Amino acid sequence: MIMKKGYFGDFGGQFIPELLMPPLLELEEAMETILPSEEFQTRFINMLKENVGRPSAITYCPNLSKDLGLDLWLKREDLNHSGAHKINNTLGQGLLAKMMGKDVLLAETGAGMHGVATTVAAAMLDMKALIYMGATDIVRQAPNVGRMKLMGAEIVSVESGTKTLKDAINGALRRWLSDQETTHYCFGTAAGPHPFPTLVREFQQIISREARQQFMDRNDGNLPDMVVACVGGGSNAIGMFHHFIPDASVRLVGVEAAGTGEPGCDNSAPLNIGSDGILHGMKTKLLQTDEGQILPSHSVAPGLDYPGVGPEHAHLHATGRADYVTINDSQAINAFKVLSRREGIIPALESSHAVAYAIENKDKLQGKSVFICLSGRGDKDLGILDQIL
Amino acid sequence: MNSMQIKIEEATKQGKVGLIPFLPAGFPNREQFWKELEELDNAGAAVIEIGMPFSDPVADGPVVEKASLKCLDDGIDLAWIFDGLRKRKGQFKAALLLMGYLNPVYQYGLDTFAADCEEAGVSGLIVADLPYEESGFVKDALAPHGVSLVPLVGLNTSKERMKMYADGASGFCYFVSVLGTTGQRESLPARIKEKLVEAGEVFDIPIALGFGIKHPDQLTQFAGLMDAAVFGSALILHIQSGKSSAEFMEPWK
Repeated sequence: MIMKKGYFGDFGGQFIPELLMPPLLELEEAMETILPSEEFQTRFINMLKENVGRPSAITYCPNLSKDLGLDLWLKREDLNHSGAHKINNTLGQGLLAKMMGKDVLLAETGAGMHGVATTVAAAMLDMKALIYMGATDIVRQAPNVGRMKLMGAEIVSVESGTKTLKDAINGALRRWLSDQETTHYCFGTAAGPHPFPTLVREFQQIISREARQQFMDRNDGNLPDMVVACVGGGSNAIGMFHHFIPDASVRLVGVEAAGTGEPGCDNSAPLNIGSDGILHGMKTKLLQTDEGQILPSHSVAPGLDYPGVGPEHAHLHATGRADYVTINDSQAINAFKVLSRREGIIPALESSHAVAYAIENKDKLQGKSVFICLSGRGDKDLGILDQIL
Repeated sequence: MNSMQIKIEEATKQGKVGLIPFLPAGFPNREQFWKELEELDNAGAAVIEIGMPFSDPVADGPVVEKASLKCLDDGIDLAWIFDGLRKRKGQFKAALLLMGYLNPVYQYGLDTFAADCEEAGVSGLIVADLPYEESGFVKDALAPHGVSLVPLVGLNTSKERMKMYADGASGFCYFVSVLGTTGQRESLPARIKEKLVEAGEVFDIPIALGFGIKHPDQLTQFAGLMDAAVFGSALILHIQSGKSSAEFMEPWK
């Protein structure tokens, strides 16, 4: 089968106004010329080491493993500078944009983690950060707004639509239309129009490149039985899956957010209950009405709160190479508390969905080695938890 | 020849600019919408562009977005649009054009959509989020029903890309006058002129200028370089202020 440019099987593409094609083509060219250059690679690897603190550790969880009757391992992206995997991508795109001659890093953010990571990259690279954030998210993620402002970001409040992540993306795309000459759109997840799904995966695949080797070093060269990651847009998951995809013995599990969990509730699980459609430049699985209007999503984890998903996940779902399951808000909150209490690690509510999968399915996983991507730390979520508990 | 081209050329042959007013379907409300369409038609519109509502209209500015989202809340969908047009088939002197985003059309089913366009007397379609690279399957579905996919080009479209769009294009070419979203602007960028010249060399169909147009005075500088003008946000604001479509069209005649 001949693959069309920017497609993963039936999913992906470039469904974007013609006026955005020139900057996308410019970005594709930079991926072919600047990205592989020695200058880029040297600077990027150095930044990941000196500024992010890579390689990130892997951690065996002795207490929880005993409780659950399985071997639980974590890939610690929460230990990265700024507290999540997002910075792998923003430093990569930031440096690429800098070398392309751009002055401004434009980004959307939902929970604020990608906004913070973009602002860090902009500050480091002496660029300007311009962050689009839904008005609703600005209120519920106030600490991250404060961090971004402290590091010099200009924050634009998006008042249209549902005033959350999908509307922040709409706003950022509109801004990019008019500012494309000076501005790079630093897209936050492995989704959107080609080349973003490939570009973001390129910067996040370091997670599994490290994790696979680290796991084998600690386990006499054996691979894990299962690799688990939460999926919103899907960037930490595609980063965690990438180098395990050829390992047929390793089961890959992506965890979507089921929202509050009762039938028919708003959720963020397009792979499980969505249908094929086109949004934000890509053909993928979407939460939508029969008429093709996009439905509001919900998750207690703001970083998973998105009605679409990256096209490569839609493809891995269609081919069956990865399984996609759901975890609801209360199961995730339970995992948040359990990991904190039993291992002294406070996970992000997003990553808690992945941890919850192991807890909820412990009976089926007896004696197995389960390797979870802990994509971010949970300090940011204490405010949300205070409201719920 | 596509009827949009015929209607625009009728205007240009009389030394006029072809007028292409845009209204979101169901604006300002279900009943009034059809009256506004009638008024625009009687006031000499060459093509009437009808917006199909979408929840996430990334190419639209605040005026069009707000108006379209209200129509969406009112329950306007493609079935309502086609139903209303079928009932009024043959009543419009102007050619009819639908504008929107790909997903609602995709969910409706492209083949059904194309057949319903033909049946309802619609001659063209603009899809804001469909660049040349992805447009093949849409053109293939529209062609058997005589419906044109109107190409959108702009200030940052290279001559090479214009040529890609021009190959096999019919109806007219929509030239986007600003790098940005829809919405009226006081002044238009200076680069428009040279890019319009380029577009004129590449396309053998009429060229319509759109995005940011609020008054005919803005267009005198482009005389001879364009054949038609699209206006949406300014017309919407005009109607929202309680005035009539006919009154808006007056200075354009």
